[in-house]
Amino acid sequence: MSLITTLARLEAVHTGRAQPAATVRHRHLSDRPMVFVPLITAGEAGAPLGALVGTDRDAPHLLVVPQPRDRDLRFAFLAELADIVLPHVEAYAEQVEAAERTETDPETDKRVKVEVDLCADAAQLVVPSRAGIDFVRLLGRSMRFRRTAEQDPETPHPAPPRVPLLGRWLTHYGERARVPGSSLLLAMTDLLGRHWATGQSTLEDQHLGALLAWIARDPEHPGRTGAEAARRAELARDADGQLLCPPAGPATDPAFDNKLLAPAIERYDRARTALAAAEDGLEADDRLGALTAAEREIRDLVESRTRPTWDAVWRGLDLLRELPVGAHVEERWTRDRWSFTSHRDRILSGEPPQPRRDDAVTAANKLATREREQARLEAQEALDDPLVMAGRRLAGEAFAGEVVDVVMAYSESKRPSPRPLVTVRTDDRPYLGERVKVYRSLGGKPQTAEYVGPAAPDDGSDAGAGTGDGALVLRITDRMGRGKEPEAGSVPEKGDLVCFTLFEHEQRGGAKLPDPEQTPWTHGGPPGEAAAVPEAADAQTEEDVL
Amino acid sequence: MDKGALASALGSPSVFGQSQFAFVRGNAFEARVKADGGAELLRLVHERLDRGARPPAEARVEVPDLSATGPEGRAARTSLALREATGTPGAWTLLDHPMLALEVAGSPAFLEPDAVVVHPDGTWTVVEIKSFPMLDGSADPAKVGAAARQAAVYVLALEQVAARLDPAPRVRHRVLLVCPKDFSNLPTASAVDVRKQRAVTDRQLARLTRIDEIADALPEGVCFSPEQPAEELAASVEAVPATYAPECLSACELAFHCRARSREAGAVTCLGRPVRAELGGLSTVGDVLAAARGEAGDPDDPAVAALRRAARLRAEALATAGAGTGEVSACR
Repeated sequence: MSLITTLARLEAVHTGRAQPAATVRHRHLSDRPMVFVPLITAGEAGAPLGALVGTDRDAPHLLVVPQPRDRDLRFAFLAELADIVLPHVEAYAEQVEAAERTETDPETDKRVKVEVDLCADAAQLVVPSRAGIDFVRLLGRSMRFRRTAEQDPETPHPAPPRVPLLGRWLTHYGERARVPGSSLLLAMTDLLGRHWATGQSTLEDQHLGALLAWIARDPEHPGRTGAEAARRAELARDADGQLLCPPAGPATDPAFDNKLLAPAIERYDRARTALAAAEDGLEADDRLGALTAAEREIRDLVESRTRPTWDAVWRGLDLLRELPVGAHVEERWTRDRWSFTSHRDRILSGEPPQPRRDDAVTAANKLATREREQARLEAQEALDDPLVMAGRRLAGEAFAGEVVDVVMAYSESKRPSPRPLVTVRTDDRPYLGERVKVYRSLGGKPQTAEYVGPAAPDDGSDAGAGTGDGALVLRITDRMGRGKEPEAGSVPEKGDLVCFTLFEHEQRGGAKLPDPEQTPWTHGGPPGEAAAVPEAADAQTEEDVL
Repeated sequence: MDKGALASALGSPSVFGQSQFAFVRGNAFEARVKADGGAELLRLVHERLDRGARPPAEARVEVPDLSATGPEGRAARTSLALREATGTPGAWTLLDHPMLALEVAGSPAFLEPDAVVVHPDGTWTVVEIKSFPMLDGSADPAKVGAAARQAAVYVLALEQVAARLDPAPRVRHRVLLVCPKDFSNLPTASAVDVRKQRAVTDRQLARLTRIDEIADALPEGVCFSPEQPAEELAASVEAVPATYAPECLSACELAFHCRARSREAGAVTCLGRPVRAELGGLSTVGDVLAAARGEAGDPDDPAVAALRRAARLRAEALATAGAGTGEVSACR
C-alpha cells in the first residue's frame, strides 16, 4: 500500500466515509453482467447449497440443492445452472467481427496477417468476493471431467449433458481471473477495494457488507459513520441469533447452518423417506405435498441468505458505473475478448477439457502473461488516473513539472536528427541516473527521452549543487518525425506542463516459448503419447461428493 | 478461561463457530481413515514417510487403549503407551487420540493430536487428519499452513515426552497430513516438513510472558468472571495489555473488543501492521493527519516529510480529476 492510499484510509477513519482511491474506473463493466451469488455446504468440497444467478437485478434465478449430499439433486442444480449460464455465454460467442492477427506461417516461417473472427463482446461474470472466484474455479474443476451418458454409456453416474461444457467455461473464467487487469470474472470486493479506501484494514474489506457500508451511505441511517455501519454489517444479529447481513459466501454462517438449515434439511429428509414408504396413491399425494413444503422452506432459507448479497453486488455495480471509465480499459477488455474467443474456438474445434495440470510450456506461458499484464496494468492505471500517478511520483518512478527551457540540438550522425534539450522544473524527486530513459504520453504513444543531468542554476553558482531547485535536463530522442526539424507539437514548449515516467508504457513480450511438442528435456520433454490419452474422470465412491 | 463467554459479556461477541455439517463430515472422514485398526492410515504413513520399513500389512500392528480419567491420566497413559511401543521394535503402533501435555507460559496445556504413529524403528510421527480436500495433489496453502503450525506444537509436546525416555526416541519432523482426495472421501496423504514451524513455535513459547508474571502485574481484585457488570469486566480486561492488529480477527474471540478499544484510541495499527511500520513514530490517526496537514510534527523527520509530500500529491491529483479533465490529466 502506498503512503497515498494509507493517507486516504486515515482520512476515511477521520471522516467516517470511504475516500477515493481512484478517480476513474479501472475495470470494464459489461452492460449486461451476469451476477452469480453461490452458497456452499460447510465441510464438503465444492458441494453447492444454492445460488442466485442472472442478468436481471429484479428477477434472479434461485437454484437450491435441498439435500446437498444427494448426487442427483446436485446434478439437477448444475444442469439448471448450465441452462442459465451457457445460453448467456453462447449468445456472446456467436456475435463476431473480423479482426487481424499476426501468425507465423508454418511453411515460410514469416510473420503474416491472418483474418480471424473476434467475438464482438464477451460475457462478464461478477461474484461477491474473492472466495466466490475460487468457488467458480472449483466448480469448473469438479464438472469438466464428468462424463455424460452420451460420451460414455457405461459410466455409473452420468452427468447431465451440458454440465461438462459449463465446467470448461467456468475453468476458463477462473483461470482468466488470475490475469491482472482482466474483467471476464470479477469479485465485487476487489472492484470496490480498488476504487475506494475505507477506514478499515484490507482484511476487513473482504466482507462485502462492511466494505459497502463505508462507501455508500445507508439512506435510513444517514448519520451512521462508516465504522458503525460496517460493524453492524459484520456482527449485528436478530433475536434468533442470525446475522442481519449474511456473509457474502460462498461459506454460510455456522449459526445459520445449525439453527435453521440443518433442521430444515432434516425435515426434508423425513418427508422424502415418508414419500418413498407411501403405500397408495392417496397417501403418496399427501406426502408429496409435505415434501414440496419442506423443499419450499429450504428454498426460502437460501433466498433469504443470498438476496442481500445479490442486492449488494448490484449496488456496487451502480457505484462503479458512476465513475468515468479509464482510457485504457477498453484496450484491456479487447484482450479479454481475445481470450474469450480463443476458448470458444478450442471448444468448437473439439479439443479436450483443460488438463488437471498444465504442461511446462503452457504453465510458462501463463506465468509470462500474468507478469506482462501486471506491468501493463500498473503502467496503464498510472497513465489513466492522476491519483495513481501521484503514487508513482511519490515513489520516485515518475515526475511532473513545467517546461522552463527548450534548446534545439542535433545528433552527431551523418544525417543529424533533432535531439532537443528540455529543461523541466519539478518538485518531485525521481530516481534518475545519467542516460536513464524516461517516457511521456504523446497522442497516446510513448515518447522517449533520456536524462542528461540537473540544470545549471540560473545564478551561475557552483554547478552540481543545482539539483536543489529541482530542474532537470532531458534529451528527447524519438517521435519527432523523419525531417531535420521536429514535427509540430512533438517537442514540448516552454510553459507546458509535462509528466514523465521512469517505467515503460507498453510492455514487450518476452522471447517466444517453444511449442509443447518441443519441450526441452529440462522441463520434462515433449508430452509424447501420455498426453494424447484423454484424462480420466474423477474416481467416484458411493457417498461421493460431487 | 472461556474467552468466547467473556467476549459476549463485554458486548463484542466472537463470530467463531462450527457448522454441524462440517463437524459431521470431519468426524466421518476421520473415522473412515482410522477404520479397520488404522490399516489405511498406517499404509499411508508407510507409503509417504517410511518406505524402507516393513509394510504394516505384513508386520505386527498395535492399537493400544488410551482411555483414562482426566487429561492428566490420559497424558500419563499416552506416555506409557509410547514407551512400550518404542520398546517393541519391528511393530507399528497407532495411538488414536493420545493426550499430550505442553507447558505454555508456565501453565500446562493439554493437546490431543488426531493420531501418533510409532514406526518399527522406534521413531514417532504426528498424523493430522483434515477434511479440506487435496485437489490434484495440492490443497489450500492457508489451511495447510495452519495444519502445519498445529502439528508443530504436537511435535514439540512429543519431544518433551521423548526427552524423558532413555534412549530418547526421535520425533520425526515430517508429519503426515491426511485429506480427502479431490471430490471424494477417499483419504490421500502428504508428508509436510514442519521444521520451520517447530522452530518458530519453540521460540515463541520460550518468549511468552509467563502467566504468573502477567498476574503479578495486575492490580488486586481484578476478576474476569463474565457474571459481573460489563463496566467492571471491561476495566478488568483493560488491565491486561493487548496489541490489536487486524490478524487477530481470525484468531481470537476477544478481537472485536480489542478492535473497538484500538479504534477509540485512534491507533493506526487498526489498518494493518504494515501501515504502522510505514508511519515511523506516528501511531495515532490524529497525529498522522495533523502531520500531513502541516499542523504538527517535525518537517525534518523523514516520515513527516514523506507524509506531507503524499498529502500534497494526493490533493493535487484529486483537484485535477475534480476539474473535469478526468483523462490523462497528469500526463500531457
